[in-house]
Amino acid sequence: MGRSLKKGPFVEPKLIEKVEKMNQGGPKRPIKTWSRRSMITPDFVGHTFLVHNGKIFNSVFVTENMVGHKLGEFSPTRTFKKHGAHTAKVTK
Amino acid sequence: MPRLLGVEIPGDKRIEASLPYVYGIGPRTAKKILEQANIDPNIRAKNLSPEQLGEIVHAINASGLLIEGDLRREIQSNLKRLQGIRCYRGIRHMRGLPVRGQRTSTNARTRKGPRKTVGVQRNKDAKAGKV
Repeated sequence: MGRSLKKGPFVEPKLIEKVEKMNQGGPKRPIKTWSRRSMITPDFVGHTFLVHNGKIFNSVFVTENMVGHKLGEFSPTRTFKKHGAHTAKVTK
Repeated sequence: MPRLLGVEIPGDKRIEASLPYVYGIGPRTAKKILEQANIDPNIRAKNLSPEQLGEIVHAINASGLLIEGDLRREIQSNLKRLQGIRCYRGIRHMRGLPVRGQRTSTNARTRKGPRKTVGVQRNKDAKAGKV
């Protein structure tokens, strides 16, 4: 079920604050965040986020197409396992 | 076999049943279109006059429905967008796995296709204890 329109998109307030500060001429640098649930708003475009996936921070550069998605969608939490040769290189 | 919108050739079924042969039109939209065009849904498709066919085409165009190539293109571009931004849904589409959080341990055969048995590919050197 989608979120009620009445409430508007959810974005972590802290995150908005940081983005706004950068948009107002602050130094531009990646924002580290755990807030995977935050919606990407148009203000975010052009910024880089380091989105936690439970283990590491994946860097996500936000483009215009990404608006409306959540940050977590760009930081996969699972490793894709597939069958294949068990070589020294794969198993390490 | 009447032609509709260029390439569509529904057979000698009732028009209501042959309209869904057009990609993008289902039973429901077919009914709606015929209602709009003021045509009896029980007429066989081959018995339709050119004027009636014209009216159906007109009703389809007026309804703003995407059909055939346009619809296919639209779907492709949606997929491309998801894959281009490398979001979770896009990646699932690329891998041919279910997109909406279904389990994949069992089932998910619609997305994954027929079962493929995958054997273990052993390293030749492993058995000899070399590695």
